[in-house]
Amino acid sequence: MNALLKQHLIDPEICIRCHTCEEACPIGAITHDDNNVVVDAGKCNFCMACISPCPTGSIDHWRVVETPYSLDEQLGWSELPVQAEVGAGANVGEAMEDAVKALLASAHAGAGGAARAPLSAAKPSVNVFSQAQPAVAVVQGNFRLTAADADADVRHIILDFGAQAFPVLEGQSIGILAPGVDAQGRPHHLRLYSVSSPRDGEKPNRNNLSLTVKREETGVCSNYICDLKKGDEVRVTGPFGTTFLMPEALDSHLVMICTGTGSAPFRAFTMRRQRVLAADTGKNGGMALYFGARTPQSLPYFGPLAKVPDNLLQKHFAFSRVKGQDKHYVQDIMRQDAQVLATALQSDKSHIYICGLKAMEAGVEQAFEDIARGAGLHWQPIRDAMRESGRYHVETY
Amino acid sequence: MLDIVNVEYDTLIPNNVSLSQDKRVLKALERWHPGYINWWKGMGPEGFQESLVYLRTAVSVDPKGWAKFDYVKMPEYRWGVLLAPQVEDRRIPCGEHLGQPVWHEVPGEYRSMLRRLVVIQGDTEPASVEQQRHLGKTAPSLYDMRNLFQVNVEEGRHLWAMVYLLQKYFGADGREEADELLRRQSGSVESPRMLGAFNEATPDWLSFFMFTYFTDRDGKMQLESLAQSGFDPLSRTCRFMLTEEAHHMFVGETGVGRVIQRTCEAMKAAGIDDPYDIEKVRALGVIDLPTIQKKLNLHYTLSLDLFGSEISTNAANAFNAGIKGRYQEAKIEDDHQLHNATYPVMQLVDGVVVTTQVPALSAINMRLRDDYSRDAAGGVKRWNLAIEKSGIAFQMKLPHDGFHRQIGIFAQVPMTPDGIILTAGEWQKRKDEWLPTRADGDFIQSLMKPVWESGQYAGWIAPPKIGIDNKPGDFEYVQLHMA
Repeated sequence: MNALLKQHLIDPEICIRCHTCEEACPIGAITHDDNNVVVDAGKCNFCMACISPCPTGSIDHWRVVETPYSLDEQLGWSELPVQAEVGAGANVGEAMEDAVKALLASAHAGAGGAARAPLSAAKPSVNVFSQAQPAVAVVQGNFRLTAADADADVRHIILDFGAQAFPVLEGQSIGILAPGVDAQGRPHHLRLYSVSSPRDGEKPNRNNLSLTVKREETGVCSNYICDLKKGDEVRVTGPFGTTFLMPEALDSHLVMICTGTGSAPFRAFTMRRQRVLAADTGKNGGMALYFGARTPQSLPYFGPLAKVPDNLLQKHFAFSRVKGQDKHYVQDIMRQDAQVLATALQSDKSHIYICGLKAMEAGVEQAFEDIARGAGLHWQPIRDAMRESGRYHVETY
Repeated sequence: MLDIVNVEYDTLIPNNVSLSQDKRVLKALERWHPGYINWWKGMGPEGFQESLVYLRTAVSVDPKGWAKFDYVKMPEYRWGVLLAPQVEDRRIPCGEHLGQPVWHEVPGEYRSMLRRLVVIQGDTEPASVEQQRHLGKTAPSLYDMRNLFQVNVEEGRHLWAMVYLLQKYFGADGREEADELLRRQSGSVESPRMLGAFNEATPDWLSFFMFTYFTDRDGKMQLESLAQSGFDPLSRTCRFMLTEEAHHMFVGETGVGRVIQRTCEAMKAAGIDDPYDIEKVRALGVIDLPTIQKKLNLHYTLSLDLFGSEISTNAANAFNAGIKGRYQEAKIEDDHQLHNATYPVMQLVDGVVVTTQVPALSAINMRLRDDYSRDAAGGVKRWNLAIEKSGIAFQMKLPHDGFHRQIGIFAQVPMTPDGIILTAGEWQKRKDEWLPTRADGDFIQSLMKPVWESGQYAGWIAPPKIGIDNKPGDFEYVQLHMA
């Protein structure tokens, strides 16, 4: 099968031929005749500069194709063609390189069924940059988050995209391509990392994002990332992921359960809420975080988290290796908060997110079962219904 | 270094022209500002000044930052002065100064001509806000209400754009003109707005959609030709205004399209095939297609009048001076000076319409109007596709350029939409076939009942295919605040 291409197309039924996109396109990939405005698949490099100036929303359409539609074909359209069946197993919503697809499928498996995005989630861009044509980001900073004497080395990495548009939503991941080849002379596998900054940048309106990366002793990519220095260039693919997203509805309540660097998307969620609420005093549905780590010293963002006000984020920490204290795991602090969580399970405003190591799944699942039973409820049907309505999300690795 | 892409918020007026370092202009604009807010509160959207509207605000003029959406009360909208980035080594694109570097200050010899162009453009901006001020009360949905207010605040910003040019480049005269822009009022007997179409009322939402489709499109064409100006600040201002103007075109084209779509759907559901069975169609609570055609005839022809006389010395002078170019001047392949070129213009010779070649320089208006008509025909084609899809035998048509004209060669010439010249008596007898009557207006008015629940739409208009900013169907585009 030929490589699939995600082709950028304009919906002729919605387009009003104002040619704003054509003006915005920095490389002349958009042209028109009296009938339609069209995108040249041979030129478009997915920079997305045309997306936000479009007054109609007609610009943001995509089809996964084996052979791209030609300009002549597009000029003759009065409506967009439906998505054709392309190759076995190609998923249009998350059309992406097979490797990425496999990684995400495995990460989402713990939800017990096909994941769905929250109803009010913003529309994510995916696959803007591919392995063949990655974006090149520049490292703006690399800070150690864990104490110098902590056993884990977790890093906060800031990547700047300069003039390239890299549209990302909270909860999405990006792929990092470590340079060099393995012992067999093949390029290293791409690794996915969840973005830990909100959509408008680590700092508002900067074209940058942050990652939270833990150094793994034998991990090629994590060592590569953790050793990056300011000014280094990094090859980035993505963004990826269309379901592990936050609801836009401000009155939704977010329950976030994580261990270690699983906190990355939740940092993004929290910062997003904080920024939106700063500009909009809408109904705040609140967020709750259940965060497990070995020690306070090894818990990423422990200091900054403490400063987030409780009316925005209720924080519960569990530490499993503090000298002289019993081992506490994330499921233990969930049980301590059983009443609150049981109430949350019964509200259709609640969204549950679980992110961290695969090992946490069983404990968390068991805790939910117990909490539900304690309130006279059955966990599994609740979970399935929440998942179906885009309110239950698992991303573990 | 000057950051001309991102917007400065260190003054009362967001801008990317370093206002904080231009004390004189800043002071002048700050002095003008209270009058503007007064005008907005007095003449802007009536009854909704306290409501939270989901609006788009530019935070920078590059693609990434110019469409930030958020809830805002309209009087608190950040109207600013935003110019498209300067193009390095830009040259005058037409006329006798062709190829010379563009002007960054007003060339003395063209001062009054430029001032007049800026004032006329500026005068239309607040005028349409005034014309549309009562429409919020009968909005067919919160989505449409939001779109109306977006159009309004952006027309307000376009006024700012022109006032900035007046204050910055035209000294005391400019200040006076800026004040006059707030003093004239649409439809006023003592001090009306400068152009005819901007003194007509916008009584209902179909008129609003037709206005944004046809009349704002004239605005678009004027901005397009001013964007070609050799006076660079004017060019840059208009280039950025065009990105905003595209939203107005969108509101018009989809608005009319949704009205047509709803009518066709209702007819099909009721088993009515004959579009001319007006009584029956109207009984469904939708606007019959022939009446929509009449509204089209009216708004198209009023808008054609805005282009002025087909043969015009003023337009020739502006082109020759390099002050105003043609539509997409840079993409036209000719000498850009029109030394020996001719252009076909329709004339009335002994009561017969004939096309003659005239010197192209004198036919600049005509050419722009032709570009306009071509542009306007695009949407009509889309509307017809929708009618055709529904299987109803009807086609919307742009009338003949000579139909119902008040300005130019065909002024007061009684003519059918197909271009057949009539006697005055025949015209009187038949004009109601082609132009909306009072009864048509009353019928449309009878449908104008507000629908203000999220996700709900009045029965005479179809919901949009896609939300603003990709919002879901039941999004609350306006959070009403009813005192």
